[in-house]
Amino acid sequence: MSYSNNVKISMVINNENYDDLTVETRQHLGDFLRDLGFKGTHLGCEQGACGACNVLVDGESVRSCLMLAVQANGKNITTVEGLNSSEMEIVKDCFVKNNAMQCGFCSSGMLMTTYEIIKSKRKYSREEIREMISGNYCRCTGYQAIVDAVEDSLNKINVGT
Amino acid sequence: MDDLNQNPKLGSADRPNSYIGRNVPRERAKKLLEGKGKYVDDILLPRMVHLSYVRSPLAHAKIKSINIENAKKIPGVLNIFTIDDIEKVCSPWQGVLGHLGEMRSPSQYPLAKDVVRWQGEPVAVVVANKRAVAEDASELVEIDYEDLDAQLDMETAMDKSTKVIHDDLGNNLFWTRTVNQGDVSEAFKQAHIVEEVTLDFARHTGVTLETRAIVADWDSSEERMTIYHNGQAPHMMQSIIAKHLNISEGLVRIISCDVGGSFGIKVHVYPDEMVTVAVSKLLKRPVKFVADRLESYSTDIHSRCHKISGKIGVDDKGKILAFEIDDLSGIGPFSVYPRTSAIETNQVLNLSAASYVVPNYKAKGTVVFQNKTPMCQYRAVGHPIAVAITEALVDKAANSLGIDRYEFRKRNLIPDNSYPTKTPSGVPLEDLSHQACIEKLKDMMNIPELEKYKKESLAIGKYKGFSIINMVEVTNPSPAFYGVGGAPISSQDGASIRLEGSGAVHISTSITEQGQGTEAVMQQIAADQLGVKVDTVRVTHGDTDATPYGGGTWASRGVGIGGEAVLKASRILKENILNIAAVIMQSEVNNLDVQDDHVIRKDGGEGISLKDLAQIVYYRGHELPPGTNAELIATASFSIEGVPFVFTNSAMGCLVDVDIDTGLTKIEKFWAVEDCGTQINPKLVEEQIRGGVVQGIGGALYEECIYDEMGNLTNGNMADYLVPMAYEMPDIIVDHVTTNSGRSILGAKGAGEAGTGGAPGAIMNAINDALIPLNTEVTSQPITPEKILKALGKI
Repeated sequence: MSYSNNVKISMVINNENYDDLTVETRQHLGDFLRDLGFKGTHLGCEQGACGACNVLVDGESVRSCLMLAVQANGKNITTVEGLNSSEMEIVKDCFVKNNAMQCGFCSSGMLMTTYEIIKSKRKYSREEIREMISGNYCRCTGYQAIVDAVEDSLNKINVGT
Repeated sequence: MDDLNQNPKLGSADRPNSYIGRNVPRERAKKLLEGKGKYVDDILLPRMVHLSYVRSPLAHAKIKSINIENAKKIPGVLNIFTIDDIEKVCSPWQGVLGHLGEMRSPSQYPLAKDVVRWQGEPVAVVVANKRAVAEDASELVEIDYEDLDAQLDMETAMDKSTKVIHDDLGNNLFWTRTVNQGDVSEAFKQAHIVEEVTLDFARHTGVTLETRAIVADWDSSEERMTIYHNGQAPHMMQSIIAKHLNISEGLVRIISCDVGGSFGIKVHVYPDEMVTVAVSKLLKRPVKFVADRLESYSTDIHSRCHKISGKIGVDDKGKILAFEIDDLSGIGPFSVYPRTSAIETNQVLNLSAASYVVPNYKAKGTVVFQNKTPMCQYRAVGHPIAVAITEALVDKAANSLGIDRYEFRKRNLIPDNSYPTKTPSGVPLEDLSHQACIEKLKDMMNIPELEKYKKESLAIGKYKGFSIINMVEVTNPSPAFYGVGGAPISSQDGASIRLEGSGAVHISTSITEQGQGTEAVMQQIAADQLGVKVDTVRVTHGDTDATPYGGGTWASRGVGIGGEAVLKASRILKENILNIAAVIMQSEVNNLDVQDDHVIRKDGGEGISLKDLAQIVYYRGHELPPGTNAELIATASFSIEGVPFVFTNSAMGCLVDVDIDTGLTKIEKFWAVEDCGTQINPKLVEEQIRGGVVQGIGGALYEECIYDEMGNLTNGNMADYLVPMAYEMPDIIVDHVTTNSGRSILGAKGAGEAGTGGAPGAIMNAINDALIPLNTEVTSQPITPEKILKALGKI
């Protein structure tokens, strides 16, 4: 009885080439990345609701639990471990200063969403920030500290001013 | 020891190393952000195998047969176990305690034995080389069931015609308690007005983003069991696993690394986790189980599930004369081990009307079994129910008498100068500040402005309402909570602190961390008390081999109990350091102090670094006179004595908009004033309150585990079970009143429960305030748009 087929795929993860990796066709990208050791990608619901597993695929934030690893063949993937541009370092400092994480399980996904907010080079109101992060579930903070951190990040990175 | 010349005064922020009361950023936060946290699912061990559980699809059924033959044929499957295998290595348990009257709950087996009693109960377990393979095989385990009637509705649980879940018990009653203080019947007769209300609270659950997870690793070479567990109380788990797996307690090691949220969900004994340990013992290899999200919804403990009726009697001057409640709760088919499923109801009885002077109080609680997921303690145990019924009745009484709701509360709240006193139910209270908190809240909210806003909104057809509520919060429990009833749950916590050869300070604490900031506050307390820089201090926690014995983190006890132990240990270590320094520096001890990692002379002159001092002690002990007491490690412990709990109090308010066309409630503002005594790190306190409020908003407006008439959980996923997301949440304005607890030097109380306990009552009262012009009210949580439209007669 065969439940799954194996195929070979290649991709770039955090600027490093990964070639000819064997993967089960049914495995989602989140599990695949975790199996490779990228443990910063967290799985919260595996149905695309919580946003904890967000990674960047060719620069766009994607639910890694809703994408099969084979679909990422030939793509450029960034996990939280690779999210270290100077702008994202400012973002992380703002998150720490505002205590915009408690348990940290949602943080990698939250940072991917923040990456997209920062990337758009615009300023946003608190309400807009709340709307933009509303695809990421956080049970600990009540979100206010995260909104503060994103707002602080936008101010520090000086976008749109 | 408590000589103020030697020990820094708490809260004097102008001296060096005064970290108590400062917003020091959490050292670990950056690592967590960078994805470098170490959660249980991140653990990989050689030869580790993975589990998938075959769970009951039915709410109540007899197991006629289990056929594992086809499942065993799947390549990669190692074993499939049922209760026949597991009960040989893991004994059943009973969720009863001895100090609260008779509790009736039968033995619960780690896997279902003969009968399944809730949808999701584990029946068999597949062991395979990969989780996916184990899941494939699970689908091929054939179980033949014979349906039994499911007992789902708590309101009919005690009817004669209702199916009894445990035949031996004769009916579906688990526990009941009554409280009777004064004479409520007589007081209601004397009352000028009597108001009544009945409230419903749906089941909801904790929805920790990291699901429950455990790795059990039986080490044959040492004959010991190491368990990586994302729990809150490692020593409790050590004791329980040792007992039920028949392993000597010292040979069980529990390690809790980073934990992705807990909120009381991860402090209970779960069958699938016990089975994971049993499988490791049977196979003598590491075994991992990580719950998936459906398993979380159907097996993590649920909470609430109450129907409560209340009655208040008030005289013509607006003074409360009597208060009566009758609470019914449904807990699933078993009382949860070892804390039992009686505590939420017990708290409802203890905490209702607890902020007010109420001379006559009567309360009854009834807890019944159901064929639903087991119910037990989740954040703010019992508080949301107690606060909501109390504050609903208080608002009704005030409105009925035409007295302003703030003014009515001022007349009836326990005066701040009357402590020690007792709750109407008879529980001791001390060091509270209801009057000061509500005054501060009133000013923050600007009530005249809110009244004006309401009126102007109404004129244009918008329905706004606001609320103002009070509460007490149970924190820092003494042995009276669990230990006295026979549970292996420590009320004492310990701290060990040492100066190392590098001059660094290392603390180990029995308090655990799930994101609250335990490490940070322990660092702050130690650095403050020792006189070292905060980044000199490192903290170990969550390891039964490496920390002092203690209760762990639950019931908002970490700072108040564990922090006090760190304070005491730090003071002993500082005294030791000064005594050694006095010898080295040939000075009077009284002339010395520690500042910025150095022993200094108060009169100036040359000091010595702690590093140099430590290296003399450790590396060059011959330089010290023979017999010098060169002890650079100190240990202390602390437990609350004299009262059952150290209560905290809060006042909260919110402003809502109710859209009468859609039934949607929008929370426009939320305010909270909390008195948790000494704050070590005010930012972390405020974040506990904000996070707690949002969980309370979840219960009040969105969250419900919905069952159909067959006992199927119909929304066991994060798309259908609504949780608060950022867009719907308000900014939450937090302020403080500070009344230190007299039970400790530190004076800290807890702060983790208030938001979750208070928000549901605050929101319900605000919505009902908005609905007054429409002459209707809502009484059932979650207050969904559908319920509001029904109350308005629109559907």
